[in-house]
Amino acid sequence: MDSMISVIRPDGTADPEQDPGLPEEDLLLLYRKMALLRAFDEKAIALQRAGRIGFFVPSAGQEACSVGAGHALRDGDWIFPSYRDHGMALMRGCPLETLLGQIYGNAADPTRGRQMPSHWCDRSIRLVSVSSPVATQLPQAVGAAYAAKLRGEKVASIASFGDGGTSTGEFHAAMNFAGVFETPTVFFCENNQYAISVPVSRQTAASSLAVKAQAYGFRGIRVDGNDVLAVRKVVGDALARARDGKGPTLIEALTYRIGPHSTSDDPTIYRSAEEVAAWREKDPIRRFAAFLSGRGLMDDASIDAAAAEAKEAVRKAVEVVEAAPPVPFESLFEDVYAELPWHLAEARDALLAGKE
Amino acid sequence: MPQATLLQAIHDALLEGMARDPRVILLGEDVGREGGVFRMTQGLMRRFGQERVIDTPLNEGGIIGMAIGMALNGMRPVVEIEFADFIYPAFDQIVSELAKMRYRSAGQFTAPVVVRTPSGGGIKGGHYHSQSPEAYFVHTSGLTVVMPSTPADAKGLLASAMGGEDPVIFLEPKALYRTVRGEVPEGEHRVPIGEARIARSGDDLTLVAWGAMAPVAEKAAGLAAAEGVSVEVIDPRTLWPLDIGTIVGSVNRTGRAVILHEAPRSCGFGAEVAALIQERCFLHLKAPVYRVAGFDTPFPYALEKSYLPDPRRVLAAVRAAMAF
Ligand SMILES: Cc1ncc(C[n+]2csc(CCOP(=O)(O)OP(=O)(O)O)c2C)c(N)n1
Repeated sequence: MDSMISVIRPDGTADPEQDPGLPEEDLLLLYRKMALLRAFDEKAIALQRAGRIGFFVPSAGQEACSVGAGHALRDGDWIFPSYRDHGMALMRGCPLETLLGQIYGNAADPTRGRQMPSHWCDRSIRLVSVSSPVATQLPQAVGAAYAAKLRGEKVASIASFGDGGTSTGEFHAAMNFAGVFETPTVFFCENNQYAISVPVSRQTAASSLAVKAQAYGFRGIRVDGNDVLAVRKVVGDALARARDGKGPTLIEALTYRIGPHSTSDDPTIYRSAEEVAAWREKDPIRRFAAFLSGRGLMDDASIDAAAAEAKEAVRKAVEVVEAAPPVPFESLFEDVYAELPWHLAEARDALLAGKE
Repeated sequence: MPQATLLQAIHDALLEGMARDPRVILLGEDVGREGGVFRMTQGLMRRFGQERVIDTPLNEGGIIGMAIGMALNGMRPVVEIEFADFIYPAFDQIVSELAKMRYRSAGQFTAPVVVRTPSGGGIKGGHYHSQSPEAYFVHTSGLTVVMPSTPADAKGLLASAMGGEDPVIFLEPKALYRTVRGEVPEGEHRVPIGEARIARSGDDLTLVAWGAMAPVAEKAAGLAAAEGVSVEVIDPRTLWPLDIGTIVGSVNRTGRAVILHEAPRSCGFGAEVAALIQERCFLHLKAPVYRVAGFDTPFPYALEKSYLPDPRRVLAAVRAAMAF
């Protein structure tokens, strides 16, 4: 469980043993989504630096994880993501405006500005609302999968989280419940080497994170998280097994967060420029571009065009979202309960009276 | 109407709810084969199978988390937490997740989970089998908090909770499980969430009490009657959202209020009730609003009887209010 599965070899060709054999259009789609995700992150950081949004959680360096996993999902599958998995949302077809609206917290946000940026959801793709407490979504992913299993549906759930998440009680609870009830759940751990500043060596003394699955009675696999084809293959296989009633899988994707933990973080405090530079060399987007070029599917011109197209799509979405009005303040009191109870109606009326 | 204990009434509500709605499933520790440590779910696994009455591993956060996921995916989970004292490991799942799912997703995702748990003292259970944690949950927006004290209310409120769209913390006064009996309507019976019950009518003072303190309040009212004081006893049944209208209507008439609960006094739910009463009934009040409550100590084992409010302590507060 400590060895790692890769597909794209250093020379840019695919290992035929592991290649998921995706059709050309899917390969190109994966590339476009990764480029879109990178453009989205760059824009969001720029917006934050310009003071137009308050906060953002970037995923640069980890695009192969969220996009590759997202591509393996099917309609009906449930997604319980962390705050760093907007790539899954984009891959599953969540509109840019939904994600950006959430960041702006204005009327363009389907969740009405209820949470700080990077805490989105999208019912239409069963992407459950992100919350801040680390790993709370894990047992929920087990429950959603168990409900599907009890009804005899061939769907799975995926829960994604970081290396820090594996230290929580919820990780233990969820893994244990998934093992006992043999739920169709894929635990997708993006080991980006740090939980904010704390290195993974301070999260565990185990030889890997994947090995932890053994204690819960199911498979653990390590995959190269900067190799989108490897992620696609391993997650795809795990989801297929889950849907076929073969139980849960823990996947540890080895990757690296190139940027800060969030726009509030200064990573130079806890890691060296050399370390970051070494990982930049393994950039998942460049690596996939080399593969696609080798296959004759892309060249420098189409790579540049994809980046420009992604940038333009993000620019347009920002324009739309920035034009939206603020959320109406009465909405403050809605959705606490199915119906507005008296004490919230009173509070709303008092607030309204104060505004007159 | 047939008579039943509180325990039988809750059992019947579970059984009938499961028979009515195939989405209802039970989960918790020992709920299946054993039928629960209080035998509340006895026979239900045999009747509905182990896919609907689920013995879980021992992890309360896991139980509530799994229930949330099942509810997101169309089920109606009814969780049993073996004792309210063991709900704290699930506090994060309840407070950060269960209570907030609807709000944070603006209604895209909801988790109608009912969390049943035996609560309160009176069984010589010491600190870890006796607590009354209602205030924590009332303080958490998004939760409905229910605590019945009669068999009919228990059955009717649990049916409403199971059929509702919001998460419900359903606190069961375990001291009353087998000690109270009452008439319980057969078949489907619902008591609406958010409506108080006037347990005894009176004119001089309003006594608000819930759970195992409701019968204590009624006894105190009997003692007061012998002294010529007519006490109205209100059992809110739903603690939150509270039926403030019924309480205010009563206090505006009587001019005096005493609140009784067994949870520790400071920042107990009684403090909220007292604040609401003084805001709304100020000019009708003839005396301060008094509280009778558990002490601000951990729940004691040997001195349980001294800790728990009894009719004499309540009567002292009634006398103080009358003499003010
Ligand atoms: C329960 C909890 N404790 C602390 C935090 C503060 N916090 C936010 S993210 C984070 C690190 C998480 O690291 P990891 O799980 O590895 O995921 P990553 O951010 O690297 O993707 C911490 C400590 C939190 N959100 N939740």
